Amino acid sequence: MTWVNAVIQGILIGGLYALFACGLSLLFGVMNVINLAHGDLAVVAAYVALGVVAITHVPAVWAFLIVVPIFAVLGYVIQRTLFQAALHRSVLTTMLVTFGLSVVIENGLQQFLSANSHSIGIGSLVSDSFSIGSQITIAYLNLAILVVAVIVLLGLQYFLSSTTNGRLIRAVADDREAAQISGINYRHVFGIAAAIAFGTVALAGIAFGMFTQFDPTIGTDQLLLFAFEAVVIGGLGSLWGTLAGGILLGIAQEIGANIATADQVLAGQLLFLLILVVRPQGITIRREPRPI
Amino acid sequence: MSEPEGRGVAWTEERGTSDEGRRRLKAPRRRAGEGADISGPTADPDAEPDAQVRVTRSRRSTLWAGIAAVVIVVVLGYLPYAVYSGTTNLLVDFFLLLVMASTWNLLAGYAGLVSVGQQAFIGLGAYFVLILADHGTSPFLAIPVATLLAGIVGLPVWWLVSRLRSGYFSITMWVIASVCELVIIQISSLGGGTGAALPGLNLSPTLITAYTYWATMIVAVVVLAVIYYLLRSPIGLVLTAIRDDETGARSIGTRVARTRRLVFMVAAAGCGAAGALYIISQQFVVPTAAFSVQWSAEMIFITIIGGIGTIEGPILGTIVFFVLQQTLSHYGTWYWIILGVVAMAVAIWAPRGLWGLISDKLGLRLFPVGYYLWPAGSVPRRRR
Repeated sequence: MTWVNAVIQGILIGGLYALFACGLSLLFGVMNVINLAHGDLAVVAAYVALGVVAITHVPAVWAFLIVVPIFAVLGYVIQRTLFQAALHRSVLTTMLVTFGLSVVIENGLQQFLSANSHSIGIGSLVSDSFSIGSQITIAYLNLAILVVAVIVLLGLQYFLSSTTNGRLIRAVADDREAAQISGINYRHVFGIAAAIAFGTVALAGIAFGMFTQFDPTIGTDQLLLFAFEAVVIGGLGSLWGTLAGGILLGIAQEIGANIATADQVLAGQLLFLLILVVRPQGITIRREPRPI
Repeated sequence: MSEPEGRGVAWTEERGTSDEGRRRLKAPRRRAGEGADISGPTADPDAEPDAQVRVTRSRRSTLWAGIAAVVIVVVLGYLPYAVYSGTTNLLVDFFLLLVMASTWNLLAGYAGLVSVGQQAFIGLGAYFVLILADHGTSPFLAIPVATLLAGIVGLPVWWLVSRLRSGYFSITMWVIASVCELVIIQISSLGGGTGAALPGLNLSPTLITAYTYWATMIVAVVVLAVIYYLLRSPIGLVLTAIRDDETGARSIGTRVARTRRLVFMVAAAGCGAAGALYIISQQFVVPTAAFSVQWSAEMIFITIIGGIGTIEGPILGTIVFFVLQQTLSHYGTWYWIILGVVAMAVAIWAPRGLWGLISDKLGLRLFPVGYYLWPAGSVPRRRR
């Protein structure tokens, strides 16, 4: 029964990982750049939400409505300025710039907000749960995060497949030069993609801050790697693959934690390496493996 | 980091001659293995009689750089007799950074492999020394063994990561470093998460300091020499071709994958050596510090600020970084914030770094890994 519980808890936490991963996956799909500051941005969002709650005294859930739009705008601005300037050089430059940004953010948070752990207070909701049988308890918060993740992925799916901007993003991702010839301003499209990526990572960061404790270093120590692992396990370019990847990662971690607490993160990473060896295109992509 | 122009193999005095010059580069390439530093203007064997352009591998500044390098090494080697151990300990840190940055530059600047996980090999190098020392080997003798082992470990890691594209490669290396750390933490005989002291250094503190210093200096010199040799050899031509245009390099049939594997293993060995020296200089090792991503941050910032894709860049970068570290270190996190901002700015607006700016201004090259073209009228004075 403990194993069943581990799987269920893994599925629940998997939603959070998918939420972290979808922005990373989108930016990589569109620009071919892994944003190494992705995890740190999530932590910043959590801190901003903390500040918003402390200053305005609104319920913590409202923080989403304030912080996520701010981050979306921030994403557009950073993309059009810093990242675009770097992209103009090369993809590698952009990656190095995102790494620099990551170091700056992490140390900036430590400088101004100390290295202490925080969490976003949501009252009793953090521990409220219901039980199935005698051994399986499901926290409302975890379930809510999973539901939010599914809704966000559904929304993204709709956005990419059925709206003008979504089609532009897919066109630029497929062939930037052809899209440019057709008169698309790819810089603007990159900006939109970054806005979505930043918005979703803010959402994920705040959810993470409600779910558990966070500190300035957790962005690079855990969140970035988890998000990346979820992307690779699920398969790049597939939103539902990202969800499946997040859930598999969550299950692997929970099973690892059941073996020994120290094995939690390691189990997820070993699954990631295994997938990389046997199925580098990810579990959900059917086509022949191609170099990723 | 590829750049369209101004970074080619050939360094030209006058732009107009570059096309002619590239055609004529073929002849010296066959002699690329030769070690002669000062070859002087040499006639191309199958040159037309009226050939106006000459190709050499070096210039006057090269000779002076060579002499200066020998003098610097001799002076540095003598230092333990002359200065307090505080100074040599600082220089140990300096050499460690130099080794890491130079191998990272080889990896990222030439082979296009931007790794954020070289700390995997640093940590493994340190723990190889610990294991060997636990079994009675002298730590100093363990350095070459650990270096070799780190290079060998690089091979299976390469199999795993070789098919990954740029961004995937970077972050997968990071995951691998994290896996190494998490595995080491679980091995209680190596001290687990709390770390372990390095046994086997039963010498007087003065001797340990001096030996550590010399060992680090020798490793730094050897690593620079290996990189210099690699870049001067035919492999260097392949690497420079990859650096300037990977697609182009593939299309003319250079063995990109094989060269990258070699470079990856050399870089792994270099970081293994740095890790081995790290544990000896600290006489203690903790997994979180040995496998810290901060190593990668240091390598990357040094190389970018100094100038990626040149041998001189990481050397200059290490000097700058080291001076900054010594003057700003008490500002703690501010130091990293400033460094990160500067590195981002340099990567975007001066992608060839400080050394790029200097060598553009002065036409200076200390390590002659490329070729010089001498168009008619600018033939260098013959020495001898």
